[in-house]
Amino acid sequence: MTIFDELRNRIRAEEPVALATVVDGPGVGGKLLVVPDRDAEGSLGHPELDRVVARDARAELEAGRSGVRHYGPEGQTTPEDLMDTPVVRVFVESWSPPPEMWIFGAVDFTAALAKVAKVLGYRVTVCDAREIFATRRRFPMADEVRVTWPGPMFDERGDDLGPRDAVCILTHDPKFDVPAVQGALASQVGYIGVMGSRRTHEKRLERLAEAGVDAPEDLDRLMSPIGLDIGARTPEETAISICAEIIARRTGRPAAPLRDGEGAIHG
Amino acid sequence: MKELLDDLDRWRADGKRMAVARVVDVEGSGPRGPGAAMAVSLDGEVIGSVSGGCVEGAVVTEALSILHGEREPGIVTFGYSDDEAFAVGLTCGGTIRLFIEELDW
Repeated sequence: MTIFDELRNRIRAEEPVALATVVDGPGVGGKLLVVPDRDAEGSLGHPELDRVVARDARAELEAGRSGVRHYGPEGQTTPEDLMDTPVVRVFVESWSPPPEMWIFGAVDFTAALAKVAKVLGYRVTVCDAREIFATRRRFPMADEVRVTWPGPMFDERGDDLGPRDAVCILTHDPKFDVPAVQGALASQVGYIGVMGSRRTHEKRLERLAEAGVDAPEDLDRLMSPIGLDIGARTPEETAISICAEIIARRTGRPAAPLRDGEGAIHG
Repeated sequence: MKELLDDLDRWRADGKRMAVARVVDVEGSGPRGPGAAMAVSLDGEVIGSVSGGCVEGAVVTEALSILHGEREPGIVTFGYSDDEAFAVGLTCGGTIRLFIEELDW
């Protein structure tokens, strides 16, 4: 199998893989294929360079980043070591599995949000305990529809969630949204949005406190009311405001979340 | 690269030679980030894109000259600077660097 075959198979299977290519300096075109759990394949021209680049590429892969890094021909990385050597520029391109979005609550907003999340490249799971609502027919755009409670869902897969992932809780139902918030807070998920008016959120905070969730650093992770303050009215507009908020939280840009404003949410 | 795989497989199955151009670096405002890719077959088929349509034509020319052995694989830079006012530019004003090579690996 060529390096390209291996790369293609892993990209298709949505398994993490990074390709390091020498793009400038000695050995242009040299390739090293790096995966998390096995030895790297190929070579950039020197075993020590291969070792250092494989180490760095695994870190880039973990972060889902791609970019150019500079080395000496024998893997030198410190400025002094690099002074008297030609520079090898290596492009590390990462393919990470798509980020996850879990949507709790099988409501109208869910279908619109799942649709927009797919456009942005998320792997979308819709979860609701009510069998008649959580059906594939209502959510054909979702990658997975689960009929279960939030607790078991987080017990089973909560450890897989990371900073690139999102949990959106659209249930409006205390039975459901308290355990969903608890599960999300216990995970490393990067975004937690909870739907409901400001009043609903106040009441939810009381119930969360009763359930022992009251640490300020935990509550600070909750985006509620969910979404940016763009006057969204329809499920589709709300879906856009939620996804825009996820982007703004990730990039740290000062787009105004509904959470930090006051007054009516809609238009 | 992901969106190119089906076509690349088809070209490889047909025994065609091809070059691939990948964005490795973007300075300032650029339409596509590192990893955006396009590919050109020796018989002139083009798939994918690396910008908003600003530089694709020039990339095809570079890719074909690599396949014809008229230039070495390497980095090609697109974007305006003071001394390159007539170079192929990006409407958004940024600079992108592409790595173009034959896909024979």
